[in-house]
Amino acid sequence: MTEVRAEMVANVWKVVASAGDTVADGDTLVILESMKMEIPVLAETDGTLSQLAVAEGDVVQEGDLIAVID
Amino acid sequence: MLASVLVANRGEIALRVIRTAKAMGIRAIAVYSEADAGLPFVRAADAAVLIGPPQPARSYLDAGAVLAAARQTGAAAVHPGYGFLAEDAGFAARVIEAGLTWVGPPPPAIEQMGDKINARNLMEQAGVPVSAGTREPVADAGAALAQAERIGYPVMIKAAAGGGGIGMSAAADGEQLRAGFETARSRAERFFGSPAILLERYLPAARHVEVQILGLPGGEVLALGERDCSVQRRHQKVAEETPSPGVGPELRARMLAAAARAGETVGYRGAGTVEFLVDEGAQDFVFLEMNTRLQVEHPITELVTGTDLVEQQFRIAAGADPSFGRQPPAAAGHAIELRVYAEDPRRFLPSPGTIAEWHEPAGPGVRVDAGYAAGNTVTQFYDPLLAKLCAYGDTRAQALERARAAVAGFTITGLKTNLLFHAELLESAEFVSGAYDTGLIDRMRARP
Repeated sequence: MTEVRAEMVANVWKVVASAGDTVADGDTLVILESMKMEIPVLAETDGTLSQLAVAEGDVVQEGDLIAVID
Repeated sequence: MLASVLVANRGEIALRVIRTAKAMGIRAIAVYSEADAGLPFVRAADAAVLIGPPQPARSYLDAGAVLAAARQTGAAAVHPGYGFLAEDAGFAARVIEAGLTWVGPPPPAIEQMGDKINARNLMEQAGVPVSAGTREPVADAGAALAQAERIGYPVMIKAAAGGGGIGMSAAADGEQLRAGFETARSRAERFFGSPAILLERYLPAARHVEVQILGLPGGEVLALGERDCSVQRRHQKVAEETPSPGVGPELRARMLAAAARAGETVGYRGAGTVEFLVDEGAQDFVFLEMNTRLQVEHPITELVTGTDLVEQQFRIAAGADPSFGRQPPAAAGHAIELRVYAEDPRRFLPSPGTIAEWHEPAGPGVRVDAGYAAGNTVTQFYDPLLAKLCAYGDTRAQALERARAAVAGFTITGLKTNLLFHAELLESAEFVSGAYDTGLIDRMRARP
């Protein structure tokens, strides 16, 4: 199980993947926005997206859970 | 002269404009969002008005809220700074219709230069060199492919209404163009409200050099020298210097003349910047775009010319000539600006947070334009610029030496900053040699 966490305070701009998707290392899961910059959050392993913890418009803090890949 | 001015901006530029206004005896009024109540520019102003929540669309970009604050405080003029409403011709027109002085160029000049396709076409007609590119918006990916065949790869894909490097990408072939075109379109629509895209021939090893102009009340346009802005990440500037190490006297004379002609073509008044791409080997250049406002990096021009460009903006807005008359002031020495960003120095990812310590360097030739102080929170709502650190010297070597000492003497804790990147830049052989181009940072980061 791999947890994907936010690296910084950001707004969730786009949720690209859905819970249950099969994802590969490097796939974009969500796109955050912070300081006028878009930051794609990528899968760092192959697997199934068992949990997607954010929705578009959410604000995430550094360290917040974004997704879980099994 | 003007009795009072509302500064429709935030952070370092708001503070910088407020300082000159107060020095000229102009009452300075700040507007601020809920996120910025504790920032130095709010305290520095003679009056400050809360205009909305942190989201830019509901505060600094809310023209109605800004105009209401101007009415409420009896402001005689509006200075837009850069970004936000600075290049919004509709806002400028509303300021003027409300009977206030707009400290900026005439709205039609903003409009003509705001659309990059229109600006390119205008400049071409005026005899200013432009690169091969599209003369009207590119409708779809198919049309983009056909245009790119005509222009020749690599091409740069840009939002016609864009700025700040957002949505921009270079394509070396048709496949990259298809992907880049779709990305640029969605970014353009989202950030600039217009999906219009243009393509231009991309010059991979070019320098990005811009010319500062001042349009006088009588219609003359002066060119005040160039700034080299080739140190970029994600097509955004990180450091600038003047004079450009890549521009010889003959090329400089041609660029300054072209910039003045660009300004005259649109009836420009006040401070503006004409951006060019320079092929250093060929000592030739093409028009890139014009920024119809004060530029972030204007302080380095102030340092080598001994002028205050914001003072000239106020004077020209009030119908007066610049403080130095109608001849451009002579430049002497060398100046460099380092943009201190709240971002990690390796990957350049944003790093919002609260500033624990803030100690600025001082010394001969050192200037700091800061937007924050210890205890302030840097939020995710705005750009990551914390401060502009400038160093002046009689020679480039002295300016670099002073910049190194100033970077070492700047302490900011509590969040990540790119100060370590600047220390690295000032030691990089390529930068120190002066023989660099817009690919410099990519090459620095590609090294193991």
